[in-house]
Amino acid sequence: MSTVLVDFAGGNLHSAQKAFERMAAEVGGGPVTVSADPDVVASADRLVLPGDGAFAACRSALDDCPGLPEALRQAVEVEGHPLLGICVGMQLLASVGYEYETAEGFGWIPGAIRRIAPSDPALKIPHMGWNDLVVERAHPVMEGVATGDHAYFVHSYQMEVERPADRLAHVDYGGPVTAIVAHDTVVGTQFHPEKSQATGLRLIANFLSWRP
Amino acid sequence: MLKTRIIPCLDVADGRVVKGVNFLDLRDAGDPVEQARVYDAAGADELCFLDIHATHENRGTMYDLATRTAEHCFMPLTIGGGVRTVEDVRNLLLAGADKVSFNSAAVANPDVLTEAAMRFGSQCIVCAIDAKTVAPGRWEIFTHGGRKPTGIDAVTFARTAVEKGAGEILLTSMDRDGTKAGFNIALTRAISDAVEVPVIASGGVGTLDHLVEGVRDGGASAVLAASIFHFGTYTIAEAKAHMAAAGIPMRMQ
Repeated sequence: MSTVLVDFAGGNLHSAQKAFERMAAEVGGGPVTVSADPDVVASADRLVLPGDGAFAACRSALDDCPGLPEALRQAVEVEGHPLLGICVGMQLLASVGYEYETAEGFGWIPGAIRRIAPSDPALKIPHMGWNDLVVERAHPVMEGVATGDHAYFVHSYQMEVERPADRLAHVDYGGPVTAIVAHDTVVGTQFHPEKSQATGLRLIANFLSWRP
Repeated sequence: MLKTRIIPCLDVADGRVVKGVNFLDLRDAGDPVEQARVYDAAGADELCFLDIHATHENRGTMYDLATRTAEHCFMPLTIGGGVRTVEDVRNLLLAGADKVSFNSAAVANPDVLTEAAMRFGSQCIVCAIDAKTVAPGRWEIFTHGGRKPTGIDAVTFARTAVEKGAGEILLTSMDRDGTKAGFNIALTRAISDAVEVPVIASGGVGTLDHLVEGVRDGGASAVLAASIFHFGTYTIAEAKAHMAAAGIPMRMQ
C-alpha cells in the first residue's frame, strides 16, 4: 500500500510527511511520498490532501497543476481510493467555499465553507489552539478517538454539511464547528492531525490501516 | 471549548539555546531539539524558537533545527527572529515551522504581512510587537531587539498589523521582560481588546499567578514564558493545574 501527500501549493508538508511516515512504519502502511504529479497520484493506494491559506487560493493552486484535479477525481470517484483532507484540504471536499471569493470544491461532501460566526463576539477569529472533540458518529478512522480528546485547530472558516450524517465530530466555539467529516472513501479533518500529538497520530494510523 | 495555550519559548543563537536550562534528563541541554522533545512530552501546547542573532550566515542552522524538531515533535512550532521577506517565511515553513513571526521588518514595512498572508494564509503569520510604556496608558513600539524607538503607538500598530494580515499578535512588554514582576496587564488588555485575532502575552512571568493574570485580566489567548520553565521553577503540568484551578480552560493530559 502506498500513500501520496498531494503537494499542489508547495506548502509545509514536512511535518505531515514525518507524521505519516512514522505511523506508516508502525502499522505497516507502506511508503509515503509527496507529489503533485498526476501519474504518481493515480498510482497511489491512498491520498492525503493538505491545504493552508484561503479556500479560493488553494483551489486555483490545485487547478494550476495540469491533470491533478482529474487524477484526484479518478482516484476517488472511479477507483474508490481512500482520501484524507486536512484543514483547507478538508474544506475542498465540500461543494463551495465563500472565503474572499466564491470557489467550487470537489463536492464529495455536500456543503459550504463559511466564516465561523461564534455566538459570543468576544471569541477570537481565527479559532486557534486546542479544542476538545465531541464525537457524533463511529467510523473506522475514529477508532480510539473519544469525546474529550483534544486536537489542534487554526482556521477562520468552517464546513457546514448538508447531510448531518457526514459529520463525525465537532468542537464547540460559540456554537458547533465541524471537526471531522466522512462519506464513502473520503474523510476530512478541520484540525491538523500531524500537529495534534497522540490523538492526531492515532487518527493518521487509523486512516493508514483503513480498508473501506 | 477552546483551551488557553502555554507556549515555552527557546532563545536560540547559532543553533544552541542561549539562556541556560537545568532539565536534568537531557544529554545535551544546549540542543533546542532535545528541549523541544521534553516540552512536547510535558504537554506544552505549542513551541516557539526565537533566533536572537538571526544573521544571514546562521539561517541554515535554524532551518535544520526546524526540520529536526518537526521529525520528533508533532505539535505546533513558531519561529521568529530576523524574518524579513516572504522568501524567509517560505523557507521556514518548508523547513518545518507552522507559524512564522515578523518583528522589525513588519514595522518598517507592514505590507510584508499582506504579501505573506496572501501567499501562505494569515493563520501562519504572527506579528511580534515589543512595546515599552512611555506614559500611563501609552505604549511605544521598539524594534531591533528593543534598541530602536519608533514613535509608533503599540495599539495603533497592532490594529494595522491585523488589517494587513497578521493572524496572531505576540506581545512582549519590554518594561517587564526578564523582571519576573508579571505581564504588563494594561498593555495586554489594550491590545487584546483592539484586535480580533489571538494575542500571546509575553514578558515578565515569575509566578504561576502571573500566567492566570495574563489571561483573566489581560485577555490573552495564550501565555509565553521562558525562564520559569527552563530553570525548572515550575513544570508545564503545574502551570496548567494552577491555571485550571483559577477557572481557565486548559488542555490537561
